[in-house]
Amino acid sequence: MSRVTVPGPRRPREDVLSKLQPVVTKRWLSPGAWKLDVYEQLDGYKALRKALGYAPADLIAFMKDSGHRGRGGAGFPVGMKWQFVPDDGNEHYLVVNADEGEPGTCKDLPLMMNDPHAVIEGIAIASYAIKAGRAFVYVRGEAVHAARRLRQAVKEAKEAGYLGKDILGSGFDLEVVIHSGAGAYICGEETALLDSLEGMRGQPRLRPPFPATHGLYQKPTCINNVGTIAAVPHIVLGGAEWWKSIGSENSAGTMIYSLSGRVNQPGQYECSMGTTLNELIELAGGMEDGHELKFFTPGGSSTPMLTAEHVDVPLDFDNVAKAGSILGTTALMIYSDSDCPVVACWRWIKFYAHESCGKCTPCREGNYWMVRVYERILSGEGKHEDLKTLKDACGNLLGRAFCGLGDGATSCVTSSLKFFEQDYLDYIEGNKQPLFDAAEIGAH
Amino acid sequence: MSYPDTIREQAEAVVARYPEGRSRSALLPLLHLVQSHDGYVSDDGIAFCADVLGLTKAQVQAVSTFYTMYKREPAGDWLVSVCTNTLCQAKGGQKIFNALSDELDVGHDETTADGKVTLEHAECLAACDYAPVVTVNYEFFDDMDEAEALDLVRQLREGKRPIPTRGAPLCTLREMSVQLAGFEEERQSGLEGNAQGDATLAGARLAAEAGITAPAFDPGAPLVEKEEAK
Repeated sequence: MSRVTVPGPRRPREDVLSKLQPVVTKRWLSPGAWKLDVYEQLDGYKALRKALGYAPADLIAFMKDSGHRGRGGAGFPVGMKWQFVPDDGNEHYLVVNADEGEPGTCKDLPLMMNDPHAVIEGIAIASYAIKAGRAFVYVRGEAVHAARRLRQAVKEAKEAGYLGKDILGSGFDLEVVIHSGAGAYICGEETALLDSLEGMRGQPRLRPPFPATHGLYQKPTCINNVGTIAAVPHIVLGGAEWWKSIGSENSAGTMIYSLSGRVNQPGQYECSMGTTLNELIELAGGMEDGHELKFFTPGGSSTPMLTAEHVDVPLDFDNVAKAGSILGTTALMIYSDSDCPVVACWRWIKFYAHESCGKCTPCREGNYWMVRVYERILSGEGKHEDLKTLKDACGNLLGRAFCGLGDGATSCVTSSLKFFEQDYLDYIEGNKQPLFDAAEIGAH
Repeated sequence: MSYPDTIREQAEAVVARYPEGRSRSALLPLLHLVQSHDGYVSDDGIAFCADVLGLTKAQVQAVSTFYTMYKREPAGDWLVSVCTNTLCQAKGGQKIFNALSDELDVGHDETTADGKVTLEHAECLAACDYAPVVTVNYEFFDDMDEAEALDLVRQLREGKRPIPTRGAPLCTLREMSVQLAGFEEERQSGLEGNAQGDATLAGARLAAEAGITAPAFDPGAPLVEKEEAK
């Protein structure tokens, strides 16, 4: 079923190959790395031993110095997030967001399946730094193999003294619970995740107060993405200067770029921050035969799409922002001239309509009605004013929704209208075969 | 309400995972647990969760209906999910769904007449690098086409258990629900399974073959300057 095209006939040039930086993905090549004994042979738990030799405040200062930023999409400085948790001796928590599910994202799943102990070791270090005695990993429900290997890793780590009471004789205690969700994209939003973890519907909370002071059970809580956490042991071993030496300005370290779509070898390519799409496509063996790049998402469906004119933009936090989009989760969905941006947006908006939690009107109604407008356009019944309606709907969503899900939904609509208005007009003006029969789908 | 003692004992173990006084956190795992017994979230299951956690049935139902993995009708042993989101659709996901729908004579979230297979279209399954993907009880069958998907469901209906591309050897949806409730995988073969594939390893393999490694470092170098260290 899987195609083998690596290294393939079109081997990347040496200077492009040198963008590869296997750090977080390196152990994936060892099929047994999910077992403790193999993990230990591959530098496992050395970073925890090292970290426990420092005071928690020093670790926070170190993490700030490393320039490490969150890998879950927002890119928030990790050390600063750790510092926000009050050091007052009261109950507080670390919560790890492993609810990967945005269209395009596919890097956390292989990470958790192949290197679960890196997640557990990162949790132990982070919890020690913020003095949390309990940590929860909220794993997407469908990610069953990730969850079973994480549970096994917790069990093994506990038996070996890396978790539990008095970890490695440090006096530090930590319990870790792997908590499976039940199918809801919104639970990747950090406050919805907290509500879900408390046994409620996963709906976002009003902020302020922020989770740093009123998080899980209304106690101070640090929420980190699972990819952010898994990089921590590597950074502790390598040092702040080492991590910064790999990335670009304001974007320290490596990033797992997830390529999917019309390339010869889709997959996970861990490179230094700031690698361009052109370089990544070359690493992925080039575009599929007969396909020319038309549009791509730099970081999942909630980041504005970019086009062939952006292939040389360094994909790091600052440069993608300058190009008018968001680095997000570096989930690069690559679409060609055989893919229609209007159809793509219709399907994404259907996703957001399905996943909207229903709490706020702009998101619940806006996405519902945008699906209808898209279906009218795609069934050949669209009118020119439909484009204005879509823009209006986005205007009423962006910045007015209760959380980022609603904001994110508008990204594909506004960016596709900016770059590909003609594709919409082709359906409206009858120059393109309708995708469906208006009567069949009940377009209104 | 008639649940065996084993379910009650498991329910207690679930509640014990969460801090004192925070038992409601056990609700999602408990809903998976009752699904492991009934094959869906039944009225009895809702009453059971409410009873264990001291909630009202309305509170439990409000939660169970929010999440797609809790089934409202009895599901088959094999939950076949086809991703039809944008990337998988571009690569043929919708065609796969349509072919399976015709073959099984069921639509989305419906179960075959023999009660064996439940079909659903899924939103993104976080495997775009293996598009188009199908999962059976959430184990991956990667990079499928219509013929392979048809063969897959035919084998399931014949009582065979095809080997997933990634994930563990198949167990039934009820057995999987025990794991979703937070209990460990008891099969060594399940823990082993397979987590690798060409797309997963593409970058790491390319680097290894070209002899490329990240810059070297001194693992003993201090994290903070001596005068800063406490």
